[in-house]
Amino acid sequence: MPTIVVEVMPKAELLDPQGKAVAGALARIGKDGISSVRIGKRFEITVDGPITDAVRAEVEQIAAEILSNSVIEDVVGIHYETPAGETH
Amino acid sequence: MKIGVVTFPGSLDDRDAQRAVRLAGAEPVALWHGSHSLEGVDALVLPGGFSYGDYLRCGAIASLSPIMTEVIDAANKGMPVLGICNGFQMLAEAHLVDGGLIRNDHGNFVCRDQKLRVENTDSAWTSDFAVGQEITIPLKNGEGGFIADAETLARLEGEGQVMFRYVDVNPNGSLNDIAGVRNARGNVVGLMPHPEHAVEAGFGPDTDVAMRSGVDGLAFFTSVIKQALVNA
Repeated sequence: MPTIVVEVMPKAELLDPQGKAVAGALARIGKDGISSVRIGKRFEITVDGPITDAVRAEVEQIAAEILSNSVIEDVVGIHYETPAGETH
Repeated sequence: MKIGVVTFPGSLDDRDAQRAVRLAGAEPVALWHGSHSLEGVDALVLPGGFSYGDYLRCGAIASLSPIMTEVIDAANKGMPVLGICNGFQMLAEAHLVDGGLIRNDHGNFVCRDQKLRVENTDSAWTSDFAVGQEITIPLKNGEGGFIADAETLARLEGEGQVMFRYVDVNPNGSLNDIAGVRNARGNVVGLMPHPEHAVEAGFGPDTDVAMRSGVDGLAFFTSVIKQALVNA
């Protein structure tokens, strides 16, 4: 069954308090080489049928309007993955 | 006057909002997120809480609720709508007000009696305040940092759509200390602090006069009631 992966990140210019907290913790345990961490979201969406142009258009709309909020986030990637051995 | 308070899965302050409506002199009407009926109300409150566990983004899933079709339609036709905390986040997600709310810059949940300055009274929910008036109402949020791009921020400031600003402490990293905004028309107001928790002496924030005597939140509700009387 094909999987669609949508990746959403907080806008680059915005403070990411979660990432900052993780970076702070890494620094505290001595992981000195890491200068910053940003945390985003990965959505894995499965569809029943093949990935058609209509499916792609719908996923792009869902990603832009529901999975992300363009005021605070960017959709940074939409990937279409078909498991090995399957074709579409 | 009937003021509807919408309950979503995870709403916490719906009953307090209903109580505030009653104490201000209007009739509260409990509305349900899964319904498509506003039951003839004259104004709406989207209450605070953690609808859908803040999954996806705060207020995002609630903003897609069945009743939000009617809420958005009514708001666009001029019905007064007040979004408090999670309700403000819903208004932002539904694009009924500009900007967005992100995690507090310090990363912690904050709960305090918050001083605010009234920046503008030109809305359905603020006419009983005076410009420059300082009020104290409770604030409690983890994701209350107001942000908007520079162009939007300039427009909100320029058009008088910034209604309330944090005084003394910016509790969440909000740009320009913004605590609440309105839409261009002035019927929709959203803010992170909770006016419904400061409506009855004995249960509000402390004041110089007496412990727990603060009722600064009541004016939100009396404002909208007065406007309804004027328009009647």
